[in-house]
Amino acid sequence: MTRKKRRLYILLACGLGLGSATALALSAFDSSVTFFVSPADLEAKHAESGRTFRLGGLVEQGSVKRTEQGKTPEAQFRVTDGRASVDVVFRGILPDLFREGQGIVALGVLQKDGSFRANEVLAKHDETYMPRDVADALKKSGHWNPDAGPPPPAATWNTLAPKPAKGG
Amino acid sequence: MLRGVDASLNQPSSPPPPRGRGRNLHRFANPGRFLRLAGAVQPYVSALALIVSVVGLGWGLFFAPADWQQGDAVRIMYVHVPSAWLASAGYVSLAACSFASIVWRHPLADLAAVEIGPVGAAFTGLCLITGSLWGKPMWGAWWVWDARLTSVLVLFFLYLGHIALVRAFDDPERGYRAGAILALVGVVNLPIIKFSVDWWNTLHQPATITLTGAPTMALSMLWPLLISAIGFTLIFAAIVLAGTRAAVMESRIRAKLRVKADENAQDKNRAEEDTP
Repeated sequence: MTRKKRRLYILLACGLGLGSATALALSAFDSSVTFFVSPADLEAKHAESGRTFRLGGLVEQGSVKRTEQGKTPEAQFRVTDGRASVDVVFRGILPDLFREGQGIVALGVLQKDGSFRANEVLAKHDETYMPRDVADALKKSGHWNPDAGPPPPAATWNTLAPKPAKGG
Repeated sequence: MLRGVDASLNQPSSPPPPRGRGRNLHRFANPGRFLRLAGAVQPYVSALALIVSVVGLGWGLFFAPADWQQGDAVRIMYVHVPSAWLASAGYVSLAACSFASIVWRHPLADLAAVEIGPVGAAFTGLCLITGSLWGKPMWGAWWVWDARLTSVLVLFFLYLGHIALVRAFDDPERGYRAGAILALVGVVNLPIIKFSVDWWNTLHQPATITLTGAPTMALSMLWPLLISAIGFTLIFAAIVLAGTRAAVMESRIRAKLRVKADENAQDKNRAEEDTP
């Protein structure tokens, strides 16, 4: 075996060892690497109240109630992942992207009654990038309701747009 | 300094090609040939990098449509996404150089690795800064410790560590070896960066453009993004190429100076011997 070959094999062996060690470590720390838990995770784990964690999911359609407590605005809404949902109460200013159907991550404490009191709400942007006119066209033609969830796939945007009306 | 490079630099004409299996690789290890080739390519790469970047960024920043909910903040993407790609792709090139350095003791790979470090760190820094500027108005936070952001920060520190390590030894050869090992160890971070948004819940959105599926982006935004990405890649290549050429020339000058100094010393000795 030449020295070059030996160096190559040593390097590959080191890479294999390091790679599997990292994979094992990451799978062991899986729960702490995760940035937020979903309502379904919460239900499955029966999390006890009083612990601070991040809850993430979509803001349920038609669930947002905005009130005012003195000078600070208060918002009540439900966060869902399609399988389960949790009531969230937040006092403070919501991010601009907050709306029904939007993904959000809330940091807070689970209350005894099963609701979630948030100290901080972050909006989660999805991987869709859509110009305003496309969004308006999709909404107008009834192909997409932003409050209900993510838009249809980008490949269909052009074909979904309503065809020009023929003579009324 | 630069023993491997010096050895071939001192030869007046190109050395005879080594026999055996290593011949094809050694062809590119010849710094003289590299200088000729790189010198011919350099002006085109630099000019193209400038033109393509200006077109891509100009299109993205001024002419591409605003996003329906992000508004004009979406334009940060035309800087952020290409620099994020370059941060990872630059690290792949650093790792490839380190691999060639350790296995084949390739002298040009050592010099290129030294040049790649700061450029990769700059693009990673640009990615982190633009991401933070986008995160505040969109997410509501400058920074969160989710898996994607944290792993890119680790990439930034890997670049900084490499920059410091290759320059930390009196004997540059030892610096190259140590830097190469650090760069190769850091490769485990690359799949973590790429797949962090799929493996774990993160605040950062998953990939818009994937190899398997259609991109979830309007074509009017995708084109300027792709052109910016090509432009940034060319900028990266142009800077690294220029840096590596300068490093080869520097080592060549240093070798010539050393030869001259040796000759002077010999002449002096001879003159002293001659004097009665």
